[in-house]
Amino acid sequence: MIAEKILSTGEIKEIQEVYKHFPVKSAACIEGLKIIQKNHRWVSDEAVKELAEILDMSPDAIDSVATYYSLIFRRPVGKHVVLLCNSVSCWIMGCEKIASSLKEKLAVGYGETTADNQFTLLTIPCLGTCDHAPAMIIGEDLHRDLTTDKLDGILNSYK
Amino acid sequence: MEKPLTQHIKNDNTWLSLKEYEKVGGYEGLRKALKLSPKEVTEIVKDSGLKGRGGAGFSTGTKWSFVPMGDDVPAPKYFIANADEMEPGSFKDRLLLEGNPHQLIEGMIIGAYAIQARYSYVFLRWAYHHAAKAISSAIQEAYEAGYLGQNIIGSEFHLNMSLHTSVGRYICGEETALLNALEGKRANPRTKPPFPVVSGLFGKPTVVNNVETLSNIPHILNKGAEWFKGLSKTDEGGTKLYGASGRVKKPGLWELPLGTSLRELLEVHAGGMQDGYKFKGVLPGGGSTDFLTEEHLDVAMDYASVGKVGSRMGTGTIIVLDDKTCPVAMVRNLEQFFAQESCGWCTPCREGLPWTAKILDAIEKGKGKMKDLDLLAFQTNYMAPGNTFCPLAPGAMEPLQSALKYFRADFEKHIHEHNCPWEQ
Repeated sequence: MIAEKILSTGEIKEIQEVYKHFPVKSAACIEGLKIIQKNHRWVSDEAVKELAEILDMSPDAIDSVATYYSLIFRRPVGKHVVLLCNSVSCWIMGCEKIASSLKEKLAVGYGETTADNQFTLLTIPCLGTCDHAPAMIIGEDLHRDLTTDKLDGILNSYK
Repeated sequence: MEKPLTQHIKNDNTWLSLKEYEKVGGYEGLRKALKLSPKEVTEIVKDSGLKGRGGAGFSTGTKWSFVPMGDDVPAPKYFIANADEMEPGSFKDRLLLEGNPHQLIEGMIIGAYAIQARYSYVFLRWAYHHAAKAISSAIQEAYEAGYLGQNIIGSEFHLNMSLHTSVGRYICGEETALLNALEGKRANPRTKPPFPVVSGLFGKPTVVNNVETLSNIPHILNKGAEWFKGLSKTDEGGTKLYGASGRVKKPGLWELPLGTSLRELLEVHAGGMQDGYKFKGVLPGGGSTDFLTEEHLDVAMDYASVGKVGSRMGTGTIIVLDDKTCPVAMVRNLEQFFAQESCGWCTPCREGLPWTAKILDAIEKGKGKMKDLDLLAFQTNYMAPGNTFCPLAPGAMEPLQSALKYFRADFEKHIHEHNCPWEQ
């Protein structure tokens, strides 16, 4: 029995398109991981192996890159990844209160995914919007000047 | 007061289109540059006194002048904009990326011409999605208008440009780490020398400049080095994007003459402290700079002056510590960040930063001992410049060593009272 491939023909083509622009195939490693994650939310062991074949790298070499970057997920995540800034300006402005409230509302800790697979909660270093601290980012949406009162409205907009 | 970098940025969350940018003199600097020799362009930038706005403050023109020139040098050469703004408390490049992408692109084309680069990249951090849209759209417009690609505006100069979006990690802002990330590798910094200007991306000569630095270039070419010098209050040329965060009345970002005083930033532009909060200290240029206190408020915010009082101007975005925030906990937050973001390559940083964060956590929780203060002082030497592979750990030691100096009584109080005085 032949195991089904994770990567689609379209994804493979997209990855090949990237390495054409570089002197070596392995330069497309990060882009390849991004392409996989965009379509599958996370990067599985099988996906790592398939990417390794496309880029003429060993799966371990791919994994050493994948595990280096904090925004490549090597474990399954929920539909929406909530990234709360916990760097210094947001900390001064009370991100710890926001964190407690988020953990309570979602009933998860950092690194965990809600039972309905909707949200994964993580921290992220400084989001570069420190004049509107505290802040978090969900998908591509930046949420700024957070207060605990705003959280229900924000989370509900993703349900 | 002239504000060349920001005066045309709109307030409606949209960026200047190519047409709008051209209407206000956009790409005139490039036209002028292409009529000069690459060496002449570098000389003008050198004469302007422009210093790198990413934090290190190195002369931009001097950096360009180190690139090997001529027909028999390694090729292709590369020109890169560092848009990986991740220094805690810094949010200045975001405005330029989101508000006026063509200004950056024009600066990059001029820089690429000066070093005769063939390829250029914008290295952008993942979280700046709006900026990614602005830059992608502007690069496309620039290609269509003949500012990028073959024979740029009828010249013999060719340049390709593309956007690379990163996937996290503070260390990517360090230029050799950035190069490894662009090559698809782990972003561990490289040994210097060789410097990237000689051996950079894929081993070829490469210049990496910060977004704010590059956004100044079109104006310098357009209006000249003397004009640029005149913008500043000190002998370091230009304006600066300054910002403030923390418990001030009006946190924000302002383009002001370089050398504006810390007091003016805090009291005039940031509106002073919020009601009920008193000023206690400030990190003048991001998380990896030394604290300054009340006695330093009249310092001019330029590279030399801030250096003289024992800190660094860094990114020029100040982080204000108020009297109701615990300085020990603030430093713990910073060291936890640096420990997390260490790439793990060299031992002092990989081992020293988590150790430091643990000691600070113990002190903050009332479990510290007096000898822990000696241990912390030891760490600041152990991870001093020269003892580590790259500037990450020495940068991490800056807020710690200055906190130990200015807020020592607060550290001791935690230890003697076995709890955090701010938590009662």
